[in-house]
Amino acid sequence: MIMADSSNGAPGTSVTVATPGRELDEFENPGLPPHRPRLADRDPRAEKRAERQVALLFLISVLGTLLFFAGYFFVPLNETIERLRLQNLMLGLGTAFAMLGIGVGIVHWAKTLMPDHEVTESRHEIRPEKDRRDAEKIVNDILDESGIKRRPLIRNTLLGAALLAPLPAIAIFRDLGPLPGNSLKHTMWDTGVRLTRDPSGTPIRASDVTIGSAFHVIPEGLNEVENKLEEKAKAVVLLMRLDPEELNPSPGRENWGYDGIVAYSKICTHVGCPVALYEQQTHHLLCPCHQSTFDLEQECEVIFGPAARPLPQLPIEVDDEGYLVASSDFQEPVGPSFWERG
Amino acid sequence: MSSSTTTQTYVPKTRVGKVTDYVDSRVGGSGIVKEFGRKIFPDHWTFMFGEVALYTFVILLITGTFLTFFYDPSMAETHYNGSYLPLRGVEMSVAYASSLDISFDVRGGLFMRQLHHWAALLFAASVAVHMLRVFFTGAFRRPREFNWVVGCVLVILSLAAGFTGYSLPDDLLSGNGLRIIDGVMKAIPVVGTYLSFFLFGGEFPGTMIIGRLYVLHILLIPAVILLMIGIHLFMVVLHKHSQFPGPGRTNTNVVGYPVGPVYAAKAGGFFFIVFGILAAIAAAFTINPIWNYGPYDPSPVSAGTQPDWYIGWVDGALRLMPGTLGDNFDFEFMIPFPWGVNALSLNVLVPALVPAAIVFTLMFAWPWIEAWVTKDKREHHLLDRPRNAPARTGVGVAGIVFYCVLWAAASSDLIATHFLVSLNDVTYWLRALVFIGPVLAFMVTRRIALALQRKDREIALHGRETGRIVRLPHGEFIEVHEPVDDYKRYKLVSFDSPEVMVPKPDENGKISLLDKVHGRASRFFFEDRVAPVTPKELEASHNDHHGEIAGAKDRESIASH
Amino acid sequence: MKNFSSSGTTRGRNHFVKALSQRRRHPLAAFALLLMALLVTGGIYAAASTANEAQAQTTTFTANDVEEGSKLFSANCASCHGMGATGSDAAPSLVGVGAASVDFQVGTGRMPLQMNGPQAQAKPVQFTEEQIRQMAAYVASLGAGPSIPSEEILDASEGDSSNGGELFRVNCAMCHNAAAAGGALTRGKFAPSIDGTSEKHIYEAMVTGPQNMPVFSDANISPEDKQDIIAFLKTIEEQGSPGGAELGSLGPVSEGLFIWVAGLGVVIAFTVWLTSRSS
Repeated sequence: MIMADSSNGAPGTSVTVATPGRELDEFENPGLPPHRPRLADRDPRAEKRAERQVALLFLISVLGTLLFFAGYFFVPLNETIERLRLQNLMLGLGTAFAMLGIGVGIVHWAKTLMPDHEVTESRHEIRPEKDRRDAEKIVNDILDESGIKRRPLIRNTLLGAALLAPLPAIAIFRDLGPLPGNSLKHTMWDTGVRLTRDPSGTPIRASDVTIGSAFHVIPEGLNEVENKLEEKAKAVVLLMRLDPEELNPSPGRENWGYDGIVAYSKICTHVGCPVALYEQQTHHLLCPCHQSTFDLEQECEVIFGPAARPLPQLPIEVDDEGYLVASSDFQEPVGPSFWERG
Repeated sequence: MSSSTTTQTYVPKTRVGKVTDYVDSRVGGSGIVKEFGRKIFPDHWTFMFGEVALYTFVILLITGTFLTFFYDPSMAETHYNGSYLPLRGVEMSVAYASSLDISFDVRGGLFMRQLHHWAALLFAASVAVHMLRVFFTGAFRRPREFNWVVGCVLVILSLAAGFTGYSLPDDLLSGNGLRIIDGVMKAIPVVGTYLSFFLFGGEFPGTMIIGRLYVLHILLIPAVILLMIGIHLFMVVLHKHSQFPGPGRTNTNVVGYPVGPVYAAKAGGFFFIVFGILAAIAAAFTINPIWNYGPYDPSPVSAGTQPDWYIGWVDGALRLMPGTLGDNFDFEFMIPFPWGVNALSLNVLVPALVPAAIVFTLMFAWPWIEAWVTKDKREHHLLDRPRNAPARTGVGVAGIVFYCVLWAAASSDLIATHFLVSLNDVTYWLRALVFIGPVLAFMVTRRIALALQRKDREIALHGRETGRIVRLPHGEFIEVHEPVDDYKRYKLVSFDSPEVMVPKPDENGKISLLDKVHGRASRFFFEDRVAPVTPKELEASHNDHHGEIAGAKDRESIASH
Repeated sequence: MKNFSSSGTTRGRNHFVKALSQRRRHPLAAFALLLMALLVTGGIYAAASTANEAQAQTTTFTANDVEEGSKLFSANCASCHGMGATGSDAAPSLVGVGAASVDFQVGTGRMPLQMNGPQAQAKPVQFTEEQIRQMAAYVASLGAGPSIPSEEILDASEGDSSNGGELFRVNCAMCHNAAAAGGALTRGKFAPSIDGTSEKHIYEAMVTGPQNMPVFSDANISPEDKQDIIAFLKTIEEQGSPGGAELGSLGPVSEGLFIWVAGLGVVIAFTVWLTSRSS
């Protein structure tokens, strides 16, 4: 038995449609199952009950709105968190009941009391052939009347103008930001700049830094500079003291530290998070964002994770008053790699 | 509703009628009512996710507008002087201070912030689930390919909306997120540094970025989303909604409820339900406690710094990529050029771009990829049940697993602390899983889909197992099967099951490379297939397994023994 | 904006100076003065390593305490830490770790160690307070080290929680999480949640740097600053979140899981109800 699909009212057959029942050996579509009446369709009492339920739900919504007002007007904020929490709860639950009351009520009404007979509607062709023909003719007429095909001079100059005209719209964005220049290659650190505590900016003596301790360090004067955050984003340093025996400085870097005290850039060479987690027994530094791990005993070589370069070391020494100072700026750009870094 | 059946001028009688007629005769409302008043929409719970997305978007517009009245996107420095004591006197940006004021000093501000953020998470989640529903049921097939593409654009826009909004409070968490974006941007060859300087208005973090993200977040992106939603819905009306196969449903009709009153009531009521659910969540569950994170400062960072779930996968990929292999090979290349050495950071570029490129390319191109494999040019208004397209379902689940592994990678530190395992081991496992997981997921899912198809076949042929064991007079035990009725059976048998297309040689006896590839793809998709039951088979099974098929008559005969 | 920023910093410093002058009349001022004096004299004594840990020692130990502590130590700790606490292959020397270290490690149940692992974990405390005090007395007698902090410095109500919050974010949040919910370290180690940890143990952890935690000596973070940090931690612990349940204070991951499981779960339940036929 074949299902007579075309009888379903689709006008025209220019579009091939996937129709179960194309081949002979397929089941016939049995059509919509018979409608099964609901409780409310058969029992007037059930109908009445559903009606009352819907009304009750709408009443709950009213109560919800009142709860909102109660929270808004009768729970004054007094700088305590409990008060705010209570107000937030009342506003939220009030809104929730107000909305759910309406929503659930309407849906319950639709489900129990509105007709639930499924209705069939025919699909129409998205683009009937007649429309296509008409449209084609219109487009051709438009093209003809405009004369764009017959006048290549006009067409080509228009094309050229249209291609060029948007360029200013791109160029005008040039002033979004300055050019990088070599700003990424320098930080505030320089010869003699004292290492100070973050955030207070108080200087640090070498004797303050005991074995096992870690200081979060900013250059002296950072808190006073105009573009503080930009400078801080490059200059933050982590200062640690190890047993000098455990450090293995490479040739030329022996005196970058002071008696086991070493300073490394805190900005991850991966994508720039602060590498601030110092494990004082393993001497590993861990970045909390992407877990790059650096080994202090090997001049902060990467031993795990996505970073590819060691953290740059800040050469330090002690000044006459016993304070730690930088011997120079970092010897390489800090933070994530960039094309011009080289 | 006022309507006129005669050509004479219609004169409304009631007051409502007069007002209605006044408006109608000026805007042509009758036509709209005629077109949409009784339009039919098929009903299925999986069809509601698009609505959830739409409604959460409306909630986002409402709550977002409220927030803009109090939020100040300035990165100027200030000292907080509001009600939250543990931050009083702390130096911060005006943007962060105003976000705190919304939370602590504007009545209902905290509720609106939480509602907005929870709605944003649900928006992205419902967009994703809606898209998965469309994918798994094959609703992207002709004629709906372009609407699928519009949907893909909407996915990207919702990610952009989410990310720009996440950054606005200018707290420590989102600031470190921006720092990561800056690091990723700088890794882009040639133009990366410039892009970063243009976006941030100079060196990171600068004083421009929050204001710029704000304009994107409240103006540009919502406007484009609205436009895309308009196109999306226009095409839904144009195509009419697709429907699941079943009794009475054909490729040329739509079976469901009319807009007025049932569908409008359900859909309208559902808006209030979604709003209510989100309000309840915002009432009782904290989201993005910016007061915990503190103001953005490039020095501190919090353990457990992650983006929201929809960006999490990119962060996870960044975590999984090793920077070095062994002792001597690292993924950052120093390329010598005549003008100097330039750095190429594949350890950043690959994870940031490759997974997204794969996922989005496959997503956008899938309707055409599948049409090429099946060579199916027909219109499809009847959906597939996911089990009836085992290969497609497998690919979809593989994608889900891929996403989940990457999101898990973004939470590797939380997995480590909560399951008491080593952070490094979690990373090693996930590195393997990101490759193996999707493959395994594909194979397992396809097997499950085929098994379900076989089960359907069994049920269509032999009916449902009742669990009732009966002993026949000659001593044999059988389980009584209850046959399914015609309506249920039709649901189980009405599907297409494409077969493998073997490439055919051309007149020279050669098979072109493209045809070979097509043959392979076709085999990959349809090698294992379960054909739908045919009436002949059903009849044959009735004859062959008499007794096992306990039709009504059989049962009677058993009972009478 | 730039003018704004510089005036802002000036204001910040005034604020700081004002705070200092206020502290001069603070009941703790004399104590702080004593502390500074101790710091200066201690500086000479401090040669290289465990220097500047001088602070007001309010807990005075008697000779009897030391003797009892010595017995307890021999019975319970010496098998790993060695007789005389000089250390062995299995455990470090305890000479110079101070009373605070013992009070923290034993007082949180981390010691005696239950089993070898990436790090010692907190568990039910094995000794009475008296016994812990005696063992602390014994270890303190072996060499100078951080002592058990005084009650005054631990009084969270005296601290400035916003200064403490700032210090916490710079020095602690990267391991312990901005809401003190804890975080992961390498190879199975972790920084524990500080929620519910006593003021004393927080303070002792800072001065002694247990396990892989760095030492935050008084030269790094002053006792007053430590008090501020404690004040901050106790404030956020007591007040809870104004927005409702905190979902573990774990950030976007738990929020994402919540919306997928609970949020979408409830939405789906409603869609199923909404599209089902009424009975």
